[in-house]
Amino acid sequence: MADKVLMKGNEALAEAALRAGCEAFFGYPITPQTELAAYMAKRMPKEGGVYLQAESEIGAINMVYGAAGAGARCMTSTSSPGMSLKSEGISYIAGADLPAVIVNVMRGGPGLGGIQPSQADYWQATRATGHGDFHPIVLAPSTVQEMASSIHEAFELADEYRTPVIVLIDGMLGQMMEPVELPEKKETKKDKPWAVTGHGGKRAQNVINSLNLDTPGLERMNFERFERYEKIKENEQQAETYMTEDADIIIVAFGACARVSRTAVDKAREAGIKVGLIRPITLVPFTSDAIEEVVDQAKAFLTVEMNMGQMVEDVCLVVAGRAPVEFFGHTGGIIPTPNEVLEQVEKLNAEKGGDA
Amino acid sequence: MSKVYNLLLAGFGGQGVLFAAKLLSYGGLIEGREVSWLPSYGPEMRGGTANCSVVLSEEPIGSPLVLEPDVLLAMNQPSYDKFKDDVVEGGVIIVDQMLVPDVQEREGVRLIKVPATTMAEDNDLKGLANVILTGVIVKESGCLDIKDVEAAIKKSISERKAHLLEPNIRALKLGYEFNDA
Repeated sequence: MADKVLMKGNEALAEAALRAGCEAFFGYPITPQTELAAYMAKRMPKEGGVYLQAESEIGAINMVYGAAGAGARCMTSTSSPGMSLKSEGISYIAGADLPAVIVNVMRGGPGLGGIQPSQADYWQATRATGHGDFHPIVLAPSTVQEMASSIHEAFELADEYRTPVIVLIDGMLGQMMEPVELPEKKETKKDKPWAVTGHGGKRAQNVINSLNLDTPGLERMNFERFERYEKIKENEQQAETYMTEDADIIIVAFGACARVSRTAVDKAREAGIKVGLIRPITLVPFTSDAIEEVVDQAKAFLTVEMNMGQMVEDVCLVVAGRAPVEFFGHTGGIIPTPNEVLEQVEKLNAEKGGDA
Repeated sequence: MSKVYNLLLAGFGGQGVLFAAKLLSYGGLIEGREVSWLPSYGPEMRGGTANCSVVLSEEPIGSPLVLEPDVLLAMNQPSYDKFKDDVVEGGVIIVDQMLVPDVQEREGVRLIKVPATTMAEDNDLKGLANVILTGVIVKESGCLDIKDVEAAIKKSISERKAHLLEPNIRALKLGYEFNDA
């Protein structure tokens, strides 16, 4: 086992990406993501890869589009306002069926908003990353260790399903340090027969393009893409459950809010309240299986988010009226406290008639 | 469950509260404990106030944001004023008394006044008041074994800056041996 080191989330993710075989990074500085790009600037050239600071986020995502089309394992990272600028490029990447990893270290919005942690881009990541019919896969780690461990998987999922993968974190996780065991180097680059690599006249030409003026052809491509999404939904849902076995109240929270909620669960359990936590690790595909498993036993659900209530809609879609679904959150860069979440749990428990 | 230590270190940007917090975090890592280090980030770091939350625990850490510290280190008056009332009953407030002249005793909370800036100047340790105060934190809270913080200094100072090792360790020990009488 490798020794643990103390690293910022942003830096641990960058180092892990290099070890996962990332060959090219294109980015543009923005708080609270900048350490990630800075780390790449320092390390990538030594690894023989490409680091390029683009003229803007739009430039960076289109460089990712090009590098991905050429078969490179590549990524970009940004924070909320930058993500909006990248959205057109992400749509093109999805439309051209290319693998790429995009990290969003979220800050308060809308507009330029603030620079403190937020989860207000949940809808953007899961619903409207760009125009057209598509979903990226969205991963939501909640510790520095998980930020490091999940990046290899992000690249693998992107390659496997030929889709953009978004790693959605918040400023708190990006900025904080925790002990982390960095993953071993893995060279697992998949064969990419579709890539435009030059062929010396030995095979038919590959074309990377998102434009398709043949109407039935474009529909067929969308159908095919959504068949892939069905497979993703079937095979790739990941959630962590904590003390849900006998729980009356189920908290659903991801990222930083899941950590806060876990402390609240411990405090509520000490007071005899039967509460548990489901932490979606994949936001797309949404972890409906994990929620479905507890929906019959649950007297109430509570989602905790750093926004005005976004993931709560996905929870409602799964619960489908079988139990009440409540929301608690802060926005604008404020992190909910365990005591605030505990208060919500106590209130729900009193209202819904839990055992304690 | 054994004790969780919630530490909050605050001062002006440039005084080294983030570095002091890093030493404590590395000490926790060396002891094989769960550790989190969360800085305030943003414009307040440039000339304004900076603070850093450190949690040392045996269990996985939920919120890394310290709102009710067991230990508050205040290296300037605004930080003391802002956070002094958040310290829990039985907790300890440590101040650099040169920089935080206006303090009040509070029942149930120990107040340790350390002339850290003067101590640093008198001992040829200019700029290391933060490390002296780290020694005081370790002594007064018992949050870590001082040997592990010394090891943390060795881990945190790169070979290129090896000449800084000796003064940092001396500063840590000076703080650890500080007597509040």
